[in-house]
Amino acid sequence: MLLGPSLALSAVLFGIGVIGVLVRRNAIVIFMCVELMLNAVNLSFVALSQYHGVGGRVMVFFVMTVAAAEAAVGLAIMIAVFRHLESVDLKNINLLHG
Amino acid sequence: MLLTLAGPAAQALEAVPRWLVLHPHWVWLTVALPLAGFLINGKLAIAASGPVPLLPPKLAQRITEMVRRYQHGIVTVVGTGVLLAAFVVSLMLFLGFQFLDTQSAYVLRLWSWIPVGRFQVDMALQVDQLSLVMLLVVTGVGSLIHLFSVGYMREDPGYARYFAYLNLFIAFMLVLVLGSSFLVMFIGWEGVGLCSYLLIGFWFEDKANSDAGKKAFLVNRIGDVGFMIAMFMIWTTVGSLDFSTVLRELPAAVPVGGALITAITMFLFLGATGKSAQIPLYVWLPDAMAGPTPVSALIHAATMVTAGVYLVARTGVLFAMAPISSTIVAGVGVVTALFAASMALRQYDIKKVLAYSTISQLGYMFLGVGTGAFAAGIFHLITHAFFKALLFLGAGSVIHAMHHAYHEVHSSEDAQDMRNMGGLRKAMPWTTVLMWIAALAIAGMPLSGFFSKDEILAYAFGRGHDNPVFYLYYVLGIVTALMTAFYMARLMAMTFHGKSRTGADAEPYLHEAPWIMTGPLVVLGILTVFGGMINLPTWAGGHHWLQSWLLPITATAEMYLRPELPHGTTEYVLIGLALTAALVGLVAGYRLTVGQTIVPARDAPEERGFWKVLYHKYYVDELYDAVIVRPLILFSQRFLWKGVDTRVVDGVFVNGSAGISRFLGQIGSRFQTGQLGFYVLLFVLGALWILRAMVGGG
Repeated sequence: MLLGPSLALSAVLFGIGVIGVLVRRNAIVIFMCVELMLNAVNLSFVALSQYHGVGGRVMVFFVMTVAAAEAAVGLAIMIAVFRHLESVDLKNINLLHG
Repeated sequence: MLLTLAGPAAQALEAVPRWLVLHPHWVWLTVALPLAGFLINGKLAIAASGPVPLLPPKLAQRITEMVRRYQHGIVTVVGTGVLLAAFVVSLMLFLGFQFLDTQSAYVLRLWSWIPVGRFQVDMALQVDQLSLVMLLVVTGVGSLIHLFSVGYMREDPGYARYFAYLNLFIAFMLVLVLGSSFLVMFIGWEGVGLCSYLLIGFWFEDKANSDAGKKAFLVNRIGDVGFMIAMFMIWTTVGSLDFSTVLRELPAAVPVGGALITAITMFLFLGATGKSAQIPLYVWLPDAMAGPTPVSALIHAATMVTAGVYLVARTGVLFAMAPISSTIVAGVGVVTALFAASMALRQYDIKKVLAYSTISQLGYMFLGVGTGAFAAGIFHLITHAFFKALLFLGAGSVIHAMHHAYHEVHSSEDAQDMRNMGGLRKAMPWTTVLMWIAALAIAGMPLSGFFSKDEILAYAFGRGHDNPVFYLYYVLGIVTALMTAFYMARLMAMTFHGKSRTGADAEPYLHEAPWIMTGPLVVLGILTVFGGMINLPTWAGGHHWLQSWLLPITATAEMYLRPELPHGTTEYVLIGLALTAALVGLVAGYRLTVGQTIVPARDAPEERGFWKVLYHKYYVDELYDAVIVRPLILFSQRFLWKGVDTRVVDGVFVNGSAGISRFLGQIGSRFQTGQLGFYVLLFVLGALWILRAMVGGG
């Protein structure tokens, strides 16, 4: 019923996430944007599961689990980076510069 | 080892004693025995010189000393023992071959060596009349020279190494004469070249010796290229390198006197000129005298240098089919004979005289095989092996005595210069008598050398009917015979007669060599006197045994060439002419040398006039140096090194490819900004591109 608006919202949220990752410099904000993209996809899964069975809803839980694990590892890395550089600004993190 | 017998030769006649039946194992044993000697002696040579690992130095030193003490005995027994054994085996082969019911070649296939598509080469050994004769000469004369070496090299620190090389040489020489195809023969061909190089440079501490070795090796390579091109051409024509197949099928495949057969034989002959020291590749042989004297006797007189003659005789059919080639072979032979003999007239180093004499005698052999008288060429090869080995060993015995005498009085005079000798007959009666026998034989007195040389010259005269240029060859041959007699008499007179020029202090120390050295000389002396019996002509009561023995090998070739001996009065006139030339040369050489006062080498004046040209060997070495060696070195330095190597190989290829990689890497590294945002942007763009492809494709 609400499939169209739900998918539209999901697409908008995903777009905001992508643009956020591309334009922001602060690693925490980028991280939040990644979460936003994951959740936008979750929304699509839930909306589509009304027509395609429970598979989509099951997948949502997997995504949330992965997101949690990713958040744990990602934040730990960020703390380590901050301890080292006293900044989480991506401008300063360019050790792989060619 | 897989032993299969091919051909009908495996059957022996009835009622032959069992032990006389030719056994296949004997064939490979002849090669394996000297090879085993090489391995044992080589191991001992390394054990004596190398450090003993993982042991305290004192103990290691004692072990080394022990090896040294017993090494000498082991090396002597092994080094000469394997050769004597190989000689006995060769005799058995010779006897066994007589009792086979056919007289065709007996081929022993050991294993398949190179099976590549149509190119099939077996490691196979072939026993036939020609290889048996060579086998007996190589192992027989080789044994005597090995025995002589025991005395000659006794005090040399490289004793084991010397015998290792000598045994290896014999092994390769036997591969050369027993090989049943061009390629197996080529193994031996290259192997004897290697051993020749190793033994010329045996005393490598002296740079001149190792240079002489390198010169011999390099000059031989030029000939080997010819040999290889000939092999390529033969293979592309008949698709095989086996002697039996090639000699049977090639005559049917190409026209007589055609361009192809002429080219093949000329390239084969180029190989022969390298190994057998003929014009233009003879220059290495005089320098090869830098090696120990028994080596000169074995390799550079009796065996290896005759490999070219053997090659021409082996492929006689091909040469017979190419009249231009065989005329050139005979011509090069006789011109070399004359040229080398003239150079021998004014040499003072006793070994150099013998070296030029060897080149000259090899020239006679090529005159023989080029004329089509293959049996006569091989006959001269055999008698030459006897008398020239005797001459070289006699010279070795003289040098041995001179060297010891000068060593006793701490003199640094040249022990090989004949100007320092003279009157040696009092100190060395045995050597004097035996050397005179050999000198008379080579000069053309009716000992072994006379019969073989006379036969070659008679055949050359006989060919004059068909091709008048052979009359010229005959005249050149007679002139060479005169010169030969002259320089041999000069050598004998300078060395053994007249007043002693050794120096009053050194003279009492001159003495005859020990029996282990004179013994082989005596045996060679007997062979030199009676060696001519194997092919005694009819007028001397013989019946050309060697010629009829070799008939299965030479028959096909003689169908084309029809060599003919002059008969009746002509024959006796030719013999008389040869004897007169020899006598005149001998008497003139002796009288002129004894009559003149010879100054010892140290005070000798500069040569003058034409003698100077002869003394400097017509400046051929200098000519080659100016025309070939120097331009080649300049070309290599200026163009190949500075141009091709530095500019093209290093500049374009090595540095160029590195530069391209670096350039591409620099472009690629621009993408590695280290900015996460940039990576993400690319990632997103990529994801979008894949999405579009999927949606568009779906």
